[in-house]
Amino acid sequence: MRALLTREPIDSTALLERVAGRANGATVLFIGTVREVNEGRAVTGIEYSAYESMAQRELSAIVEDASARYGTPHVVVVHRLGELMLGEASVAVAVAHPRRAPAFDAARFVIEQLKKRVPIWKLEHYVDGTREWVNAGTAHR
Amino acid sequence: MVVTILLFASYAEAVGVPSVKLDVPPGATVSEVLELVRALPGAGALPPGPLVAVNESYAAEGHPLAPGDEVAIIPPVAGG
Repeated sequence: MRALLTREPIDSTALLERVAGRANGATVLFIGTVREVNEGRAVTGIEYSAYESMAQRELSAIVEDASARYGTPHVVVVHRLGELMLGEASVAVAVAHPRRAPAFDAARFVIEQLKKRVPIWKLEHYVDGTREWVNAGTAHR
Repeated sequence: MVVTILLFASYAEAVGVPSVKLDVPPGATVSEVLELVRALPGAGALPPGPLVAVNESYAAEGHPLAPGDEVAIIPPVAGG
């Protein structure tokens, strides 16, 4: 499977192995991590949840789309769910391609599409004990 | 006909449950069902035009529903 939701820590080395191939001259790995400050507030951790069946479908569709658009079958994405601590990887995208430009472009495409359309939500926990659902700029209809 | 409404994240917290079955008129559209959802206790806080998915695909307001459809009301996504 080239698109995966997981509750386990993301193994980026395994992702790189998944996309490896002798025809590829370029491999790009993007890792998104939980950062300590968001919108000026000190974060202690993030809880990710999803509409899992649909998120799985959307992630798979994005990978298919990226493969077709940039001409490589070597595209994988993993998104973590559950409670994450600061610095942990919440998402990883790996792309390998004969050339570097489309490898970078395809990785960028996957993460941007993911942020736009995959039904995943995050509940941020702050140092002051409060919590808030993050509405990451995605407009309503 | 009966459809299943799925609620997530902040919307599930507002209404207090992750899903609810609603009896709606045959052929009801997404926007008509949204009006019924809005009448549920706690659901008044839903935004005017939330994203909706029917059977795991994003659907427009005018999309007609069939018996047994799974209608998910999708809060602003925040993956990554």
